[in-house]
Amino acid sequence: MLSINDLHAGVNGNEILNGISLEVKPGEVHAIMGPNGSGKSTLAGVLAGKESYTVSKGTVTYLGKDLLGMAPEDRAREGIFLAFQYPVEIPGVTNSYFLKASLNAIRKHRGLEELDAVEFLQLVKQKMKIVELDQSLLNRPVNEGFSGGEKKRNEIFHMAVLEPRLAILDETDSGLDIDALRIVADGVNKLRSKDRSVIVVTHYQRLLDYIVPDFVHVLMDGQIVKSGPKELALELEERGYDWIKPQAERSGAAV
Amino acid sequence: MSTEQSTIESLANREYKYGFVTEIESDTAPRGLNEDIVRLISSKKGEPEWLLEWRLKAYRHWLTLEEPTWANVSYPAIDYQDMIYYSAPKQKAAPKSMEEIDPELLKTYEKLGIPLAERARLAGVAVDAVFDSVSVATTFKEKLNELGIIFCSFSEAVREHPDLVKKYLGSVVPANDNFFAALNSAVFSDGSFCFIPKGVRSPMELSTYFRINAADTGQFERTLIVAEEGAYVSYLEGCTAPIRDTNQLHAAVVELVALDNARIKYSTVQNWYPGDKDGKGGIYNFVTKRGKCQGVNSKISWTQVETGSSITWKYPGVLLIGDNSVGEFYSVAVANNRQQADTGTKMVHIGKNTKSTIVSKGISAGFGQNSYRGLVDVKKGAANARNFSQCDSLLLGDKCGAHTFPYIEVRNTSSRVEHEASTSKIGEDQIFYCKQRGLSTEDAVNMIVNGFCKEVFRELPMEFAVEAQKLLGVSLEGSVG
Ligand SMILES: Nc1ncnc2c1ncn2[C@@H]1O[C@H](COP(=O)(O)OP(=O)(O)OP(=O)(O)O)[C@@H](O)[C@H]1O
Ligand SMILES: [Mg+2]
Repeated sequence: MLSINDLHAGVNGNEILNGISLEVKPGEVHAIMGPNGSGKSTLAGVLAGKESYTVSKGTVTYLGKDLLGMAPEDRAREGIFLAFQYPVEIPGVTNSYFLKASLNAIRKHRGLEELDAVEFLQLVKQKMKIVELDQSLLNRPVNEGFSGGEKKRNEIFHMAVLEPRLAILDETDSGLDIDALRIVADGVNKLRSKDRSVIVVTHYQRLLDYIVPDFVHVLMDGQIVKSGPKELALELEERGYDWIKPQAERSGAAV
Repeated sequence: MSTEQSTIESLANREYKYGFVTEIESDTAPRGLNEDIVRLISSKKGEPEWLLEWRLKAYRHWLTLEEPTWANVSYPAIDYQDMIYYSAPKQKAAPKSMEEIDPELLKTYEKLGIPLAERARLAGVAVDAVFDSVSVATTFKEKLNELGIIFCSFSEAVREHPDLVKKYLGSVVPANDNFFAALNSAVFSDGSFCFIPKGVRSPMELSTYFRINAADTGQFERTLIVAEEGAYVSYLEGCTAPIRDTNQLHAAVVELVALDNARIKYSTVQNWYPGDKDGKGGIYNFVTKRGKCQGVNSKISWTQVETGSSITWKYPGVLLIGDNSVGEFYSVAVANNRQQADTGTKMVHIGKNTKSTIVSKGISAGFGQNSYRGLVDVKKGAANARNFSQCDSLLLGDKCGAHTFPYIEVRNTSSRVEHEASTSKIGEDQIFYCKQRGLSTEDAVNMIVNGFCKEVFRELPMEFAVEAQKLLGVSLEGSVG
């Protein structure tokens, strides 16, 4: 599905990612954890094609294609979805209008027929249930005035409608109350399938109680300094990040 | 060669490129403006004496005026003696079929989603070759006639309804109102006249769209709309495709009169030629538009979408004379490339409990400069007057500019005036968010800009709104990313 090899990237000459390598197979869920500012969102942004980042070295292969050579909208159309840590407001554009345009752009790219208003509404009704999205959020401008939790829930709703192949969830749990966390996580679980992969960026083990990952990676200073099974998250919860760094330096290996 | 000449030339060349032959020389007045030219125009049109006198008075007054320079725009001086003030009938040799039209132009129309027949008309193809315009216009006219609605060209109104014209002409925008209005009053070529009698609600939107013969308007047109007691009319001006025009200066006057309980809704989608990327060519759109809410409970709404012209100088206003009368101004103005727009409104509160709403959305892109200039003037007698103004600017890129000049004068204590303003830059984050959802940059910009303009588009009649949205997309094409 996704193969990241020695990826270096930064902003205005400042390197943020210092050689990341990661292999994600179809159906797998990978959790990425790490202290603030370690580069998690940067990695997510680079994968999604955010133009403000410059890749200085390394390769990323997605479904056999050179991902870094693709425009962000083409990556989206090819099935990459990013649930934003900070979803963006688009005043005056209703959530449903936006999502319909988005879905149809993706469908068109895949040679599928575009959905008309009625078909779209039917689809949306069904998908709203997955994250128990409030009807009113459909007709309000995209993210404008949404509470923090509503924004996150809306991101997963987008994911449910767009049915990506690779979903990157950047701190989708932050800002969610306890019930919402469970609902959203359940939603993500419903969307898990043998050919859909998920990268979950989070600070907290509790999300991973619901969305159980196949692998956990620790990102520090732009490098994956430790990888392990789901239990690694528990250990991190208990011990924090301090203990990892020296060990990583000793072994000298990133993966 | 002066810049102006070369500007004219580039326009002329462009015209040529599209396969038009310019006016037939024999029916064109000599360059320059003097009383003889004014007389010539009036006599060519077979006007009554009083109208000639009115024109001459305007001309004499115009001579005493100086071109205004207070607007936040700059352009080379206009030589008024180097222009042609009478060139009708403008007999352009029309292309005979769509095959003769520049494919680029047709592509633009296609993008705008304009119906085939309409595309042909806009491109200047002789209309009767495409569809029977006469029958469309006739059924339309009969229906209006039955209701007593008069909707005709200004010249026809002067001939057929001289009393009405005499009564209302210049009653809102006096001939001596300002430099451009005076010039227009002296030399106006034609325009539209619309009269809705007492208690009648126009069953359809009146539009230049239907009045095919008037679509090819000259540079000094004049529109007069009168709604009698309790009447209602929604009037659409302009069209949503590039009207190519050899004229450089476009100085129109629009007057609206609303009597007791009458309502006039006036919508404009203006897309004159904006000049090329470097600011060469394009129309100077110096227009005086004003409505008079003369009666109690009357209401006048201006909605404008200004995407064209190289320079726009335009302040559609409302004189709120009748008690409880309402004035509204909803505007979207775009300045892209080297375009300059100085536009806004004047709301003059005179009657009691008068209310006005101003919503202005300025979009600047490229090197475009966009200024909102608005006056809210609450007179002493306008007890309990209310105004709400909102002026938002959106910048696409960092070489363009947005300026706001709100003037507020309040002369009584029971009135309330509120003004809100904001300037925002179209965010890279917003665009990236859209792209991450599979939208192209162009669609993203389109969507964000249309969202920004929503409050104004909402005021437009449905069909117009759709076309305005598309038009906005076309005029901002390639301005981001
Ligand atoms: N556009 C930018 N300009 C300057 N610095 C940036 C930019 N984007 C990211 N950075 C820096 O790169 C580093 C990594 O940021 P990133 O957002 O990837 O961290 P993160 O791991 O997602 O952190 P958090 O857990 O707080 O979300 C930070 O030090 C951040 O300040
Ligand atoms: Mg982050």
